[in-house]
Amino acid sequence: MSEQNIKTDHRAVFMGADDLSVLTFTLNGETFAIEATVVQEILDLLPETSVPGSMPFVGSVINFRGKVIPLADIRVAFGMEAGEVTIDSRIVVTELDFDGELSLIGIRTDKVHEVTRLPASASEPPPIVGMRWRPDYIHALVKRDGEFIILPNLQAIFSSQRAATIKATA
Amino acid sequence: MDNLDPIAVFRTEAAEQLEVIEAGLLDLTRDLGDKAQIDAVFRGLHTLKGSGSMFGFDQLAAFTHHCETAFDRVRKGEAPATAELIAAVLDAQGHMQSLLDQPNGDHDAMSTKLLEQLQRAVGREAGAAHDAVLVAEAAAVAAAEPAMRTWQLDFRLPADAMINGTNPLGLLDELRDLGECQLTVDTRDVPALEEIDPRQLHLGWSATIVTDKPRSEIEDVFIFVMDDMVMELKDVTPAIEAAAEAIVAQKTQASDAEAIRDGQRAPTGDSKAQKQADNVRVPALRLDEMMDRVGELVIAQSRLSQMAGSVTDLGLRSVSEEIERLAGELRDTMMVLRMMPVASLFSRFRRLVHDLSRETGKEIELVTAGEATEVDKTVIDRLADPLVHLVRNSIDHGLELPEDRIAAGKPAVGKVTLSAHQTGSEVVITIKDDGRGIDRDRVRAKAESNGLIQPGQALSDQELLQQIFQPGFSTAEKVTNLSGRGVGMDVVKKTIEALRGAIDVKSEQGAGSEIALRIPLTLAIIDGLLVRVGNGNYVIPLSAVEECLELSIEEDLRSRGRSFISLRDDLVPFVRLRELFRTGSEPDQYQKVVVISTGRERVGLVVDQIIGDHQTVIKSMSKLHDQVSSFSGATILGDGNVALILDVGHLIAAGQQQEAQLRAAG
Repeated sequence: MSEQNIKTDHRAVFMGADDLSVLTFTLNGETFAIEATVVQEILDLLPETSVPGSMPFVGSVINFRGKVIPLADIRVAFGMEAGEVTIDSRIVVTELDFDGELSLIGIRTDKVHEVTRLPASASEPPPIVGMRWRPDYIHALVKRDGEFIILPNLQAIFSSQRAATIKATA
Repeated sequence: MDNLDPIAVFRTEAAEQLEVIEAGLLDLTRDLGDKAQIDAVFRGLHTLKGSGSMFGFDQLAAFTHHCETAFDRVRKGEAPATAELIAAVLDAQGHMQSLLDQPNGDHDAMSTKLLEQLQRAVGREAGAAHDAVLVAEAAAVAAAEPAMRTWQLDFRLPADAMINGTNPLGLLDELRDLGECQLTVDTRDVPALEEIDPRQLHLGWSATIVTDKPRSEIEDVFIFVMDDMVMELKDVTPAIEAAAEAIVAQKTQASDAEAIRDGQRAPTGDSKAQKQADNVRVPALRLDEMMDRVGELVIAQSRLSQMAGSVTDLGLRSVSEEIERLAGELRDTMMVLRMMPVASLFSRFRRLVHDLSRETGKEIELVTAGEATEVDKTVIDRLADPLVHLVRNSIDHGLELPEDRIAAGKPAVGKVTLSAHQTGSEVVITIKDDGRGIDRDRVRAKAESNGLIQPGQALSDQELLQQIFQPGFSTAEKVTNLSGRGVGMDVVKKTIEALRGAIDVKSEQGAGSEIALRIPLTLAIIDGLLVRVGNGNYVIPLSAVEECLELSIEEDLRSRGRSFISLRDDLVPFVRLRELFRTGSEPDQYQKVVVISTGRERVGLVVDQIIGDHQTVIKSMSKLHDQVSSFSGATILGDGNVALILDVGHLIAAGQQQEAQLRAAG
């Protein structure tokens, strides 16, 4: 899969609507937002089981209601430092279409804020230059209250991290 | 997915009908005079045709019609059941399957070819179009019946006929097929609009039919609804002479007798229906869901019993024990629900062997044993293809041609035995032939020329035989339709390994080969040995564990360079899981070794602590972890934590590789 294909119109995530219902959370001081429709549940931290030999991006699994699901740390994809676990740390369980199959994936967060609506009019495409992060990992940046909220492209992140892992182990 | 999709229901039922037809035909190949089977095949064909046209499978219905006609003649004793006819209909049955799978595909060429074959089998003059079967049949009947007759037929189907799946329009069409037919509908009983129940049939019909067909054929149209319907059939042929009347009377008697026979048949059919009604068809998906629930229950229960064990409340303990018993029973029942007899797997090989026998010119007898052995449904589904490969291989490569067999002093008919039996928590399925056996020299030569082994490499007999499962390996000198393309056997091995099974090969030159597939009884739950490595808990499938021992300090120190322990004079390589998993913690003072094996190969796994045995509900790993090959799955422990299940096959391969490297290094 070429990275060009992953990259999409920054408005595409809004699917033609004026705004998008999202869940916002913090990771290393940056505010992220993911579509509320893919969020299944927000959990307190659970005991984790690390999976030897897996990539740090999905280094462990958790027991989510009798299912064993991977726990992903999207900080790794964005090249951020691993943060301290605090009393506010939460796991957001998402259900994502992954290779045509719905999979449950837990995502680490430092703190979960709220479910809110982001207006499409305030969204901007990720800048091509001058950014630390891979632009194809981001749907859009949405400006609000003087800061940018990052709408990450989870599909692209998981697909390319997985591809990288397969390459690394092959 | 909608479970009530009528097309899907039809497909399932049609598949069953096809199986019935196939089984009947195969029985007939043994005993051509078996009247019960002839009837069964005819009924199957008739139902298939009827329901096929009801659900829009017109090609299927039209094609089946010809086979049905042919069989109808056999059934009525107008034509003998010949081996040729049975073979033709068997071929046609295969074609029906493809018509069922692709109702809109282009099957005309195949249909015509098969119908010609059928026609030849029935013994008609060739050259006519396939409809000639019908025409010729009509002519044959006309020869028996002196003239066209006119029949007055009044009939009224039971009010619930449509609910029971009868399509009155189909019946009318069949009547029209008999000859010139004038239909009038009887609407006397149709109630006022507001009282109409659309599911009820309020109509009756009267028909005037001019046909050369006998009375029984008109009655046969209603063969499936006859029991409950009201029908009056009168011969109203004008200018019938008295003598003819007498014949008709006779015929009526005869057909009455036939009706009585039909009537006798009907109750047996009913009791069969009764028997089937005791079974409930459940989508496998729901069973899987239930299995998950039961798995969770077992986990929750083990937590409860842990907690109950740590308090002194006797009441709580007794409740906990009761729940433990119930959960255990529920789990066992659940496992049984998923079990299916391997008979359903074996039955399809009768057909395969029959076809292969004709293709290869080899005479083959298929013997099956242990069909009642039960295996998890998933295993049955996944075993089908590998077994087909193995049976094809036995027949293609193993069995010799009749003349060669006689020359070798064996009976001309080759024997392939498919058997199944259960040993402990494994099911062993064996494919055995009495053919020429595996030529070890050729296997070695082939493996060497393909670079699979080094020239002159020392191999045990089993290792050499296992070469046939290597990708790209094929000893057949010529590639045939059946096998020898070098794909297949490696796929067989992969499939069996994916089922956590193993393959044993035995072969004796000139006397035959035996391939045994050893498969665990169930895929969902395994007994495991819970071990700790660093801070992580892991489960080793108990079926692979041979023994546990302590790694003595001398051996631990001595083995720093080379990782072997001597086990009763055998050197067994071992893998330190702490190093493999990079736990980064201090090793426990007394390291333990768990020796695991698959068949012949043994590897020791060094762990920090052996916790105990643990019954495990296997959960699959997510796709994000599917490239981590050390684990075959995960499970949830009593405390709610996740433990990973070690992939024995992979670890043994890793251990053997390490051994090979050390050997190479000298």
